[in-house]
Amino acid sequence: MKHIISLLMENEAGALSRVAGLFSARGYNIESLTVAPTEDATLSRMTIVTSGSDDVIEQIIKQLNKLVDVVKVLDLNDGRHIERELMLVKVKATGALRDEMKRISDIFRGRIIDVADGSYTIELTGSGSKLDAFLEALDKTVILETVRTGASGIGRGDRILKV
Amino acid sequence: MDQSNQQKTGQISGAEIIMRCLHEEKVKFVFGYPGGAVLHIYDALFKQKDFKHILVRHEQAAVHAADAYSRATGEVGVALVTSGPGATNAVTGIATAYMDSVPMVVISGQVPTAAIGMDAFQEVDMVGVTRPCVKHNFLIKDVRDIAITLKKAFYIAASGRPGPVVVDIPKDITAEFAEYSYPKTVEMRSYTPVIKGHSGQIKKAVKILLDAKRPMIYSGGGLVLGDASNELIKLAKALGYPVTNTLMGLGGYPATDKQYVGMLGMHGTFEANNAMQDCDVLLAVGARFDDRVIGNPDHFLSVPRTIIHIDVDPSSISKRVKVDVPIVGHVQSVLGEMNDLLASETKKPDASALKSWWAKIDGWRTKKSLSYDGSSTSIIKPQYVIEKLWEVTKGNAYVTSDVGQHQMWAAQYYKFDKPRRWINSGGLGTMGVGLPYAMGCQLADPKAQVACVTGEGSIQMNIQELSTCKQFHLPIKVILLNNRYLGMVRQWQEFFYENRYSESYMDSLPDFVKLAESYGHVGMDIEKPGDVEGALKDAFAMKDRFVFMNFLTDQKENVFPMVPNGKGLSEMILGSDPNKDDAANEIEG
Ligand SMILES: Cc1ncc(C[n+]2csc(CCOP(=O)(O)OP(=O)(O)O)c2C)c(N)n1
Ligand SMILES: [Mg+2]
Repeated sequence: MKHIISLLMENEAGALSRVAGLFSARGYNIESLTVAPTEDATLSRMTIVTSGSDDVIEQIIKQLNKLVDVVKVLDLNDGRHIERELMLVKVKATGALRDEMKRISDIFRGRIIDVADGSYTIELTGSGSKLDAFLEALDKTVILETVRTGASGIGRGDRILKV
Repeated sequence: MDQSNQQKTGQISGAEIIMRCLHEEKVKFVFGYPGGAVLHIYDALFKQKDFKHILVRHEQAAVHAADAYSRATGEVGVALVTSGPGATNAVTGIATAYMDSVPMVVISGQVPTAAIGMDAFQEVDMVGVTRPCVKHNFLIKDVRDIAITLKKAFYIAASGRPGPVVVDIPKDITAEFAEYSYPKTVEMRSYTPVIKGHSGQIKKAVKILLDAKRPMIYSGGGLVLGDASNELIKLAKALGYPVTNTLMGLGGYPATDKQYVGMLGMHGTFEANNAMQDCDVLLAVGARFDDRVIGNPDHFLSVPRTIIHIDVDPSSISKRVKVDVPIVGHVQSVLGEMNDLLASETKKPDASALKSWWAKIDGWRTKKSLSYDGSSTSIIKPQYVIEKLWEVTKGNAYVTSDVGQHQMWAAQYYKFDKPRRWINSGGLGTMGVGLPYAMGCQLADPKAQVACVTGEGSIQMNIQELSTCKQFHLPIKVILLNNRYLGMVRQWQEFFYENRYSESYMDSLPDFVKLAESYGHVGMDIEKPGDVEGALKDAFAMKDRFVFMNFLTDQKENVFPMVPNGKGLSEMILGSDPNKDDAANEIEG
């Protein structure tokens, strides 16, 4: 099953490679991984989207906790949470496509953030599955380029990951 | 604090700071080898008297020796190597220590800060190279960080589940100056190892143990590392339950005690493996159910049993085998609490169930799974050499081993009654550790008897250390079980590859006696069973000499019992089985 794991780690050189190295050395899946500093500059927050059986996920959490630089680990799937991802898609926008693309973008609450002679760039946020659905709604031949940030996640209500 | 290239009053150099830190950590030996990136450090080392530097002949041996020093004493071992090739030579040693959770600090030199990333002479990304085989590592970028980083390194290495920590220090940092103060304690919000186990879980465990009908205690390297041998003995004695040790746990429970059923696992005894398979309650202490111990996990789990698992590392629990009562904590503390609970407990173990369980175990014991044919008067059996070694040293020696058949025979036939006496590479299985391990032990305990049980393949992987032993007058006794084969490889080829001995024969061996003598050591060739005991007595009587004993042993002897790869613990092949070789072939199928 897909899990979103959130963690706080010391914002130190090499910390990211320790996590990435752990996943590759132990053969765990990484679907996406995002990392950025937090309001406390000494801490980075990382979101990892991974998948595996319950046993594998349990091991992943334990192994992450074992890394000396990792301060806290939370499996967001253990409770209610929100997942968001940002995607930028450049699509063909010529002739009839110019209206068509605008219409699909509106349906998915996308925003056109760049307009050129033959193309639009659409910005879209949402859960990973919403972004997938958007791409599926488009004809493959109109997609010129896609870039996705990978998921970020946060617990609902008073589920807070903080030191 | 101020930092500069100009020394101000109150400041000392980075290299001197390192010396002070090692002094604070009460380091007695540093095993190392000099080179460009560590010249400032070696210059500071020259001027100090707090610890002794042991100059090895290859950096791999420095790390192995520091590792063994730690295994023998429980202290943190320290090695010092230069950048580039010095650092990469150390990697096998670091990985070996990592796999067996040995606390160590390895200081490696690095090219000057400004040269990092420029493909400078003797540059290697040591932090990157060692990342998968260290507990943690550091690259120091400021002279003012040396003291706190070393403090953290020693703390991380020794606490929780121990392990090696690498500290990589660029050359320029060791020449700069800073004020020095060593932190008394260190706190890290990201690293807080647990000590005390959950008391509810401990209570539950005691209750389950007392309700057991066919109990079994299985202890591993974690018990030895956690210095919990006395607590385990107390517990086992109070309960009267059988105990088995893993290869890494030998000596954790005394081998000559009647409740001991021998080592378990791939080459474990018939009684240990069957009791492990057949028990209804299993107490696992500092052991990790690894593939060489329980064989096929599905087969192991095909029998229902309740498993209690004590380990300091949460990630060792339920990794290969799901357990019922996990207890995360320091083994010494948890076993101590269990003993206290038992002492105040009115309930006693089920005596009649225990009696029939022991009767069953005694039945397995009558198989005498470690018996071998010792009738020949012309060919030396390797098992016999180890039995005599045990007798001659009265079971008191430190025994180091390399990797191969000789390692298994040493583990099976030397009866270890004390922890920290059996020093081998169980996790990584590194050929070549034996001699440097013996150096570490002999330095840790200069008056002790130290035997290095080795094979003619393994000993040649660090044979250059004969020179170090000469320089430091280390009276080690090398027990070479010379079968002219990479025996363990040959055994598998015999069993599983229809006797195709591909590259497992050792041709062109040196004359080991002459080789030893060329370093000023004593060499002995022993070719007849009748000479084994006398030779061992002679060798150990030479208390201040290094003796290299070359025993020509039976070339075709195999290690039994054996649980073939992928098989279950109760599916072992015994040495007494007349069809043992066919049985092995069939199994591979
Ligand atoms: C560094 C290293 N290389 C290869 C191996 C694989 N290996 C395991 S046992 C063995 C044979 C060891 O031969 P020897 O030292 O003569 O011991 P014997 O088995 O004959 O007692 C080999 C090659 C290893 N464990 N370590
Ligand atoms: Mg051999």
